[in-house]
Amino acid sequence: MKIKSAKTQLGDWVFVIFCVLISIICVLPMINLAAKSLSGTDFLIRHEVYLWPKGFNLEAYQTVLSDPKYQRAFVWTAILTAICTVLSLVMTTLCAYPLIFPQLRGRSAINIFITITMFFNAGTIPNYLLMSDLHLLENPLVLILPSCLSVYNMIIMRSFFYGIPDSLRESAEIDGATFVQILMKIYIPLSKPVFATLALFYAVGRWNGYGDALMYIKTNKQYFPLQLLLYNILNNVNAVEVAAQEGFMQPGLKDSLKSATVMFATVPILLIYPWLQKYFISGVTIGAVKE
Amino acid sequence: MAREKTNPVPKKKINKTYIKRYWQLYALLFLPLLYLVIFKYLPMRYIVLAFKEYKLNTPLTQMPWANVKGQTDIFKYFKIAFGNADFRRALWNTVKLNLLDLIMGFPAPIIFALILNELPFKRFKKTVQTIAYMPHFLSWVIIASLCTQLFAPTDGMINSLITRMGGQSISFLDDSAHWVATYVGAGVWQSFGWGSIIYLAAIAGINPELYEAASVDGAGRFKKMWHITLPGIKPTIVVLLIMNLGYIMGGGFERPFAMKNNLVMDVAEVISTFVYKVGIQQLKISLTTAVGLFQSVVGLFFLLSANAISRKLGERGIW
Repeated sequence: MKIKSAKTQLGDWVFVIFCVLISIICVLPMINLAAKSLSGTDFLIRHEVYLWPKGFNLEAYQTVLSDPKYQRAFVWTAILTAICTVLSLVMTTLCAYPLIFPQLRGRSAINIFITITMFFNAGTIPNYLLMSDLHLLENPLVLILPSCLSVYNMIIMRSFFYGIPDSLRESAEIDGATFVQILMKIYIPLSKPVFATLALFYAVGRWNGYGDALMYIKTNKQYFPLQLLLYNILNNVNAVEVAAQEGFMQPGLKDSLKSATVMFATVPILLIYPWLQKYFISGVTIGAVKE
Repeated sequence: MAREKTNPVPKKKINKTYIKRYWQLYALLFLPLLYLVIFKYLPMRYIVLAFKEYKLNTPLTQMPWANVKGQTDIFKYFKIAFGNADFRRALWNTVKLNLLDLIMGFPAPIIFALILNELPFKRFKKTVQTIAYMPHFLSWVIIASLCTQLFAPTDGMINSLITRMGGQSISFLDDSAHWVATYVGAGVWQSFGWGSIIYLAAIAGINPELYEAASVDGAGRFKKMWHITLPGIKPTIVVLLIMNLGYIMGGGFERPFAMKNNLVMDVAEVISTFVYKVGIQQLKISLTTAVGLFQSVVGLFFLLSANAISRKLGERGIW
């Protein structure tokens, strides 16, 4: 018996070591990036920086943080993310809440109407032409309106609402509460976990997204979200413009600048998501158990 | 009150009292449904362009049907697309990259969930989970940049380590086969942790008495994994597998667009990037609408078949 439990112990450690390795693989690229962003130019030119900064300095961060272009993009993306998250949560609630009422006439027709959009997409070009017809091209609203409701997220919220006991709602109905009052007084206060989850999903989607901006905004560069700005800089899309910018001429500093820029665009999300872990786990799990 | 709870709510007739009572619900639904009409259904009318000759500043109805020298041939643009070597290559690359993603990316979260489930320390398990979810929150622009930082030919970390130790540097990013491996690897890296959430939930739902009974019978760790855990999560695995098979023709835009580079376009060009290049940059509207329609229809077909198979196998359908 003793031998057996010792064997189990050994097995445990194999799994622990394996998990440590996996964790290292996950964070290694970020650590390398952080080290580069904090390193001196000479060490970067000689490719001597791996996981620990050499010739520690904050020059790259100073350059990035004091560059009005990045400041602008950061503030704009933050505002955009906040607007999109709030608007999307409102739209998702407006869509999910009425659909839980069995008394709602035409509910199944509405459900079919909604589900079709999940499985059939008109395609990139028809969407582009629509934006053009709605005069949304080059318009900042194009980054907000077309993505303000995700049917997938709506289903998650609806499943969560289904989990709230009907009796709560029904007794309120008998007491003469209107449906809006029931939503405001019962459903929203009880749904904080799903709101936290979906807020995270919407916020991350907007913060990280760049495809819509790439397609719909070309000349109004002031509306570029951070990720698109980053894409253009990392891929030298406007090579002349970028090179003319201070710092990007020197090869070593260019490396640390790039790294600092990427860190600058990533850190906000990395600071937020661990705190919401227990919420998004339940969100993903609910999403898998569709009604 | 008790009667209200036990009886199923009878469907009410639409009359004045019904409207007076329920109008609020319809009012709440108004904006979401308007959104879907405008942004999901309205664009569908432009699909007809796949069969027409696109003309700038002309109403849709007045554009002529696709024709070759005046001879109407509404499938002209589909024929052009399939005659186009670039499109055939993009189509093949889409299927190939999606299949590789499936083969490499599908088992990874299952294995990871099984391993996490074996961890003895709760705190440690939670930390590993938090770390493994991290890549899911990075944008593709940033992941592509991380790949460059790690794998670039001379100044990437891996290659500078290899050359320092006297080895030959590996062209992870500029050789086609290596690029495909990097692309698929980045996909696995990004999604394995996040994908494991669903399996961990399924494992948590397995009756613990099964494990106790197996221990009494002398089953070891791997026997329990094989005979209890895996069968326990099989329904989840099957549904997710079929769903993933349904998306084999799909394809996001942001990942391939961020990760591609000019040296590997023979393997990196997929349908979504092809449509962007030819449609939005070169404005070949009818051709790319046809390509998009082809992709949507084939994708729908795959999804519906996948769902039908799932039901045939006695599993829950996707919807």
